[in-house]
Amino acid sequence: MATSAKPSSLQRVAAVFRDVRVLQGIAQVVFVLLVVLAARWLIGNLLESIETRGLSLSFEFLRRTAGFMIGEGLPMERTNSFFYAYIVGLVNSLRVILVGLVLATVVGILAGLALLSPNWLLRSIVSAYVEIMRNTPLLVQLFFLYFGVILRLPSLQDRLVLGPFNLSNRGFFFPRPVPQPGFSFWLGSLMAGLVLGAVVYRILLKRRLLHGVETRPGLWAALLIFGLPSAGWLLSPGRPLLLENPVLIGLRMEGGARLSPEFAGILLGLVLYTAAFIADIVRAGILAVPKGQTEAARSIGLTGFQVTRFVVLPQAMRVIVPPLTNQYLNLAKNSSLAVGVGYPDLYNVSSTIFNQSGQAVQVISLMMVTYLVMSLSISVIMNFINDRLKIPER
Amino acid sequence: MKKLAVALIVLEAVVLALSACQPAEPQIREVKVVETQEVKVVETQEVQVQVPVEFQMVSARLESVKNNGFLRCGVNSGVPGFGFLNEQGEFTGFDVDFCRAIATAIFGDPTAVEFRPLTAAERFTALQTNEIDVLIRNTTWTFTRDVELGTDFGPTTFYDGQGMMVRKDSGFTSLNDMGGATICVLSGTTTELNLADAFASRGLTYDALVFDRSEETAAAYDQGRCDGLTSDKSQLAGLRTQMSDPSAHMILPETMSKEPLGPVWAHGDQQWGDLVRWVVNGIIIAEEKGITSANVEEIAAGTPEDPEVARLLGLEGEFGALLGLAPDFMVNVIREVGNYGEIYERHLGPEGTDIPRAGSFNALYKDGGLLYAPPWR
Repeated sequence: MATSAKPSSLQRVAAVFRDVRVLQGIAQVVFVLLVVLAARWLIGNLLESIETRGLSLSFEFLRRTAGFMIGEGLPMERTNSFFYAYIVGLVNSLRVILVGLVLATVVGILAGLALLSPNWLLRSIVSAYVEIMRNTPLLVQLFFLYFGVILRLPSLQDRLVLGPFNLSNRGFFFPRPVPQPGFSFWLGSLMAGLVLGAVVYRILLKRRLLHGVETRPGLWAALLIFGLPSAGWLLSPGRPLLLENPVLIGLRMEGGARLSPEFAGILLGLVLYTAAFIADIVRAGILAVPKGQTEAARSIGLTGFQVTRFVVLPQAMRVIVPPLTNQYLNLAKNSSLAVGVGYPDLYNVSSTIFNQSGQAVQVISLMMVTYLVMSLSISVIMNFINDRLKIPER
Repeated sequence: MKKLAVALIVLEAVVLALSACQPAEPQIREVKVVETQEVKVVETQEVQVQVPVEFQMVSARLESVKNNGFLRCGVNSGVPGFGFLNEQGEFTGFDVDFCRAIATAIFGDPTAVEFRPLTAAERFTALQTNEIDVLIRNTTWTFTRDVELGTDFGPTTFYDGQGMMVRKDSGFTSLNDMGGATICVLSGTTTELNLADAFASRGLTYDALVFDRSEETAAAYDQGRCDGLTSDKSQLAGLRTQMSDPSAHMILPETMSKEPLGPVWAHGDQQWGDLVRWVVNGIIIAEEKGITSANVEEIAAGTPEDPEVARLLGLEGEFGALLGLAPDFMVNVIREVGNYGEIYERHLGPEGTDIPRAGSFNALYKDGGLLYAPPWR
């Protein structure tokens, strides 16, 4: 078949646009162009309406006096700035989120294991709990817990007293350790005990593995961890820590530390809600490990606990960790519902700030960025854990 | 590969060229020609000129409200007497009636309103983002709100002050007894700031418990979580009716601040502001002149002696048209909603939350109060 010697220049250009890679490249460029135009239009709209209303987009207002007080958290004066108020809210949120993550994981794992228990009653009760928690809105649960349960505790005058512990609907009051002179010495001995204990543990463990000699690493580590601080306590002049008991003076409890009803409400609500989801994830993860693994482990003589700890759980973790990350992020973001129970978290305080200052756009962007950074940090840590759990490639 | 590279380079060049293109700035050159001429004034004559209505600017917001067919009004849903959602699912209250009055002025129909219940934290954002046309939600007129938030305030419809509600058996007789107390307060209000000021000026400490909605503050206070509940005294009166035992609570005598409450709208439309302002003023003037929903039709049908009444009811002058409304809009408003006194009695009188009007700031100026509307002329 005779073919033309050289394609014409028009045919050559046309051929370029029949190439799949070229078309894909064009599609990507067009898409980016559309996104940029859309963003330009949205931002242009925002700037135009801000100008029409006479508002501004600067963050200078953060330096202004807040003028309001925040119920709990870092000590705050009326004359502190909006920025300080924002930080107080942030610290409050972090407190709830960090404690909530730990508790939710613990409760979730226990509930997940209970769902797999051969005991029918335990399984049914936990299953009912999981179904109720998963299928009702979190805000409703929070209101119920706070207004229906926690606030119904006895008032301060009729509080429940057990030694130095006091429970009322104003909070749970317990003694607080107050550092005295000599505290730093004791703290040093505590740190030394922990560090030396960890080091000695590792050394003795290695020696046991290498030489097969029983060196009792746990015993020596425990001796160091408890012994050194105790020695520090006895040796320091006076007591390094004194317990301050809460006392009722007038309308409130002075002294001691307090777990406020709002903190308890949001924490309990978040933990119970998220733990229900985590329970199901743990259950799915454990069920995902092939039954053959358990049988093989049993057949080489491992006890039930050893099977779970060394064979089932490590494999189950690979299935559990990605959805677990999801639930952790959910918990972190759901903590913003604390405004419903009066806990001064980041959203609650930001809401007050943007209402008092009128700068809604700036405060909301700041809040979005903060939540984004928090969530991304959680994701990064969980991805790191996920990586460590991967099956090593040969 | 080479073909791909060529194609991409061509496309990049096109994209760069497009994004670098700025729309050409229209060149406006103004040429002002000033001519001076000496004129000798010989005779002056006074001539009455009727301003033809075609020369008035029309409000963009009024146009959009008319297009929608209803007024979007931001209100409260949790304060009995001012803005409250009752068991029948209807919004009722003092502020709600002013919303209805504006809707009646525009459409002749008091039900042509869409009520948007807003929390204290979202009310100004709703105005700024054009979610609502007017905000009548017991909002205090302050400097920063007027200047910085991009909003304008109308005539004060209710002169209020901040108060503190406590239980009668708590033993508090004044704010000075409340050192160390826990106080429930609403987020994003002047109340929060005034509370801090009031306690600081007395040298007392307190614990603030901040909630989003008034129902939650009331519930927490009712359960005994707080020693005191602070808000505008009018709101406290309303919230007290919702407590489990209203007679067990009392409002302390001290007034912590001035709280002039009135309608609010967004910057950018002066004509809309004039409309809202003059509907409110008209309602107050109607009470001054003794025009009620019962007799307004009769007065409008006859020939009123008082020229101001005639102007108010649209029998003289072009006042309705100047605002872009029908000439008898005030007749509709008064007939459907009532004058100020009727609105007050309906919601804040003995059948409502019972805030005594006689002798308070909310009486007419003739009775020693602060309600004084500019003349309708």
